[in-house]
Amino acid sequence: MTFLINLAIGLLLGTGLVVSGMSDPAKVLNFLDIAGTWDPSLAFVMGGAVIVAFLGFRLVLGRPAPVFSDAFQLPQRKDIDARLVLGAALFGIGWGLGGLCPGPALATVGLGAPGVLAFVPSMLAGMWVARRLADGQGDR
Amino acid sequence: MTEFTPIASLIGGALIGLAAVLLMLMQGRIAGISGIASRLLPPWRGGIAGPLGFVLGLAAAPFAVMLATGAPVRQAVSSNLALMVAAGLLVGFGSVWGNGCTSGHGVCGIARLSRRSLVATAVFMAAGIATVFLVRHVWG
Repeated sequence: MTFLINLAIGLLLGTGLVVSGMSDPAKVLNFLDIAGTWDPSLAFVMGGAVIVAFLGFRLVLGRPAPVFSDAFQLPQRKDIDARLVLGAALFGIGWGLGGLCPGPALATVGLGAPGVLAFVPSMLAGMWVARRLADGQGDR
Repeated sequence: MTEFTPIASLIGGALIGLAAVLLMLMQGRIAGISGIASRLLPPWRGGIAGPLGFVLGLAAAPFAVMLATGAPVRQAVSSNLALMVAAGLLVGFGSVWGNGCTSGHGVCGIARLSRRSLVATAVFMAAGIATVFLVRHVWG
């Protein structure tokens, strides 16, 4: 059941990525290129997603619990630490180099572009290293 | 140049937001793709059925869109594989080190008005814009 729910929601999210144009690195890089061939489309992707999520979370989090789980698992931390800032900066540099973030990369791996096929295993390796280092620091 | 697509981007963004709301409703979890993808990697904690289903759903999305529209999904990716490997390593490491990517921080976190996510999103946007500026207008 968990598998099927996640499959359906992943399909919906991936469809959003494709329909919005976010799955095309050319659009992402042009969004980030404010001094050049700027394409503001991605601001609309983010705007649409945040508005729907903001309203939807208010409805959903009013429930005592999720449908298929005992409790909502929400991040509780509020502090801004160096790790958050460093991680986001490294992520942003990689995003600016390739025009891909994890969702679009995984969503389009089946299209078979060589750049995506090089990106995805590298991304998974980077995630694995970060998780090992984080475990070594005693959290997660 | 890429075409400015406000309507398609807004609709696609709304689908992404809807997927995030549904994952919260069903499983009580934040739809963060970097977190979901990293749970596919060992050591496995808390079950692999959810992340596996989600990623398979994501990967099926372009094919579902092509079936529904009859049009190919456009994607322009750099064919510089060394660049894409570096980009993948940075995106993978940075997203796990900073506890989130475009979906977890940029959509879900901002929709929850999380201070950490607002900071992370500002940092990765700035880093992405700076990277594209350097690559295209300084070194390019």
